[in-house]
Amino acid sequence: MSSKDLMLGRIRAALGDTAPPAGIPRDYRGDRVADLDLLVHRLEDYRAVVHRGVPIAETVAALAPAPLVVPPGIDPAWLPDGVKVLPDEGLSADTLAVAGGVLTAATVAVAETGTIVLDGSPDQGRRIISLLPDLHICVVRADQVVASVPEALTRLDPGRPLTWISGPSATSDIELNRVEGVHGPRRLHVILTEALS
Amino acid sequence: MTTFLGMPTTAPRGVGNLRGDEPFPAAARKALGNAQLRRNLGHATTTIRAKSGAVIGELPDWQELRTAGSALKADTMARLPELLVQLEEKVTAAGGVVHWAADANEANRIVTELVQATGHDRVIKVKSMATQEIGLNEALEAAGIEPVETDLAELIVQLGHDKPSHILVPAIHRNRAEIREIFLREMPGVDPALTDEPVILAGAARRYLRETFLSTKVAVSGANFAIAETGTLAVLESEGNGRMCLTLPETLITVMGIEKLVPTWQDLEVFLQLLPRASTGERMNPYTSMWTGVTPGDGPQNFHLVLLDNGRSAVLADEVGRQALHCIRCSACLNVCPVYERTGGHAYGSVYPGPIGAVLSPQLTGVEDNASLPYASSLCGACFDACPVKIDIPSILVHLRNEVPHPRAEQAVMASAAYTMDHPKLYAAAQHAAKLSRFSGRRLPPPFNGWTASRDLPEPPPETFRDWWAKR
Ligand code: SF4
Repeated sequence: MSSKDLMLGRIRAALGDTAPPAGIPRDYRGDRVADLDLLVHRLEDYRAVVHRGVPIAETVAALAPAPLVVPPGIDPAWLPDGVKVLPDEGLSADTLAVAGGVLTAATVAVAETGTIVLDGSPDQGRRIISLLPDLHICVVRADQVVASVPEALTRLDPGRPLTWISGPSATSDIELNRVEGVHGPRRLHVILTEALS
Repeated sequence: MTTFLGMPTTAPRGVGNLRGDEPFPAAARKALGNAQLRRNLGHATTTIRAKSGAVIGELPDWQELRTAGSALKADTMARLPELLVQLEEKVTAAGGVVHWAADANEANRIVTELVQATGHDRVIKVKSMATQEIGLNEALEAAGIEPVETDLAELIVQLGHDKPSHILVPAIHRNRAEIREIFLREMPGVDPALTDEPVILAGAARRYLRETFLSTKVAVSGANFAIAETGTLAVLESEGNGRMCLTLPETLITVMGIEKLVPTWQDLEVFLQLLPRASTGERMNPYTSMWTGVTPGDGPQNFHLVLLDNGRSAVLADEVGRQALHCIRCSACLNVCPVYERTGGHAYGSVYPGPIGAVLSPQLTGVEDNASLPYASSLCGACFDACPVKIDIPSILVHLRNEVPHPRAEQAVMASAAYTMDHPKLYAAAQHAAKLSRFSGRRLPPPFNGWTASRDLPEPPPETFRDWWAKR
């Protein structure tokens, strides 16, 4: 007997004639309208820096990360002149680890939790590029912002690799206080722009 | 009773970390003598309760979310066979390989052979209760493979040659000064000028592990959730060590208890709201990674999922006790438990401490192997109120007490020992009596003498509970 058959047999024996509950009560909130001010507050509360209504290239230039890693599908208009740009065409981990920063787009942002989600689309790139550089600059459009987690899930494709980011890398492992800065990027800057017209 | 193959079976002896070396009351008394431990725990659990309470208070629908979470878990358990098969199909279709492990020995053998097949002799690990439960690190070491724990708290435990004492924060029993000492003593290449500032300690861990992350080709992880409908796995974490393990290596091996399933993608909306607020007291943990099989050109190109039973089917066979499998390992029940706060996690013997450990460990091993754990509670009910999926831990405790092979008198005394830990006045009286009783053969007076009559009473701590309580 395979272990699979053995385990399934044991589970069926354990369950006997247990019936599932008649239904799942879903009386929690959903389908709400996103509040951009709340998103800004929540991002800042977890030590992300938010830039709102500013020109993207100038903001990136002011942060001056060099070299700046970008995914292959990045919007060229976001790239400032005079900053050394490293497009990701299979950059090595060692190269990424010493880069000055990375610039990506996002797929969804969740106002209530201060979360941005990347899904590996061409303007967001491989997961590794937003992980190894110490500074992550992420551009979020207003129409990508949703109110809460339920609305975010309906917009996401589970078949893609997803990274949910809520503030910079942190730990609560020392006396249960949140301390920023362990293995992921220690600085997170979010540039919030207008909706696509 | 004859066993046949299809019978639900408890976790085997001689492997893994579900059984302690001594009964709870004896281990707890030792812990009660450690004032530093109690101070560290008291500080940490007070902090987390305040943080968690504040962010839960922001959600007007917290109770509705708990109700949905509870129902979803009951539904998952009732349909576990079909959902597991569905998960296997979806993971396989997305390029992953699914393995079934009936117990700890089988899971350890599968993972060891998978690592050996890669030709590498080091793995990076992201904190996983399941792999601690089965003693995977010990099994890998026996095969000449070095497991490197990358979670800060796990690293503190591993470098300190220590044992985890909390589900979420395994080094909760260590304060910053102790962590600094461990790093100075055990971390190769550490800056001798290291201070005990948390941010400096975190920076030391970052430097120490970076090269290991960049050069290790195999990772082992656990999973917080697995979506049957899509084959998606989710790991929630804070530091980014999880992202490193799930992204950088060539091969990823995930070990997951069969109870971690969630039926549909939409159902995640409930658990992603419940877990971070109940566990770290955050609106959302800094990083959550989700992946489905293998993504060409992004992340590990070999993905193995090991589905673990190891006694879970036996838990499922108990109609009262099976709710313990609904646990999403948030650790809220530990943080509110007056007994845990006094004794710490080590006293429970198993990798699962606190109220959830008191109901889960005896069921996974069979109550005869963890007979004192159902008494490691005063039945105050705080755990039930705190649990984001509404597990009725007090009722399971009472149920398990009826199954324990102890004489009635002994049961009553063990229950009262936990009860008094929750009631400082009684405890002070009992300890005062114990101090006096040093002169009379180290026996406790009634009603506390049942348990000690047949056993030597350890030296009572020089500071009584009430003395300590008064100083806080
Ligand atoms: S039993 Fe409930 S409160 Fe305790 S760890 Fe599990 S989910 Fe959290």
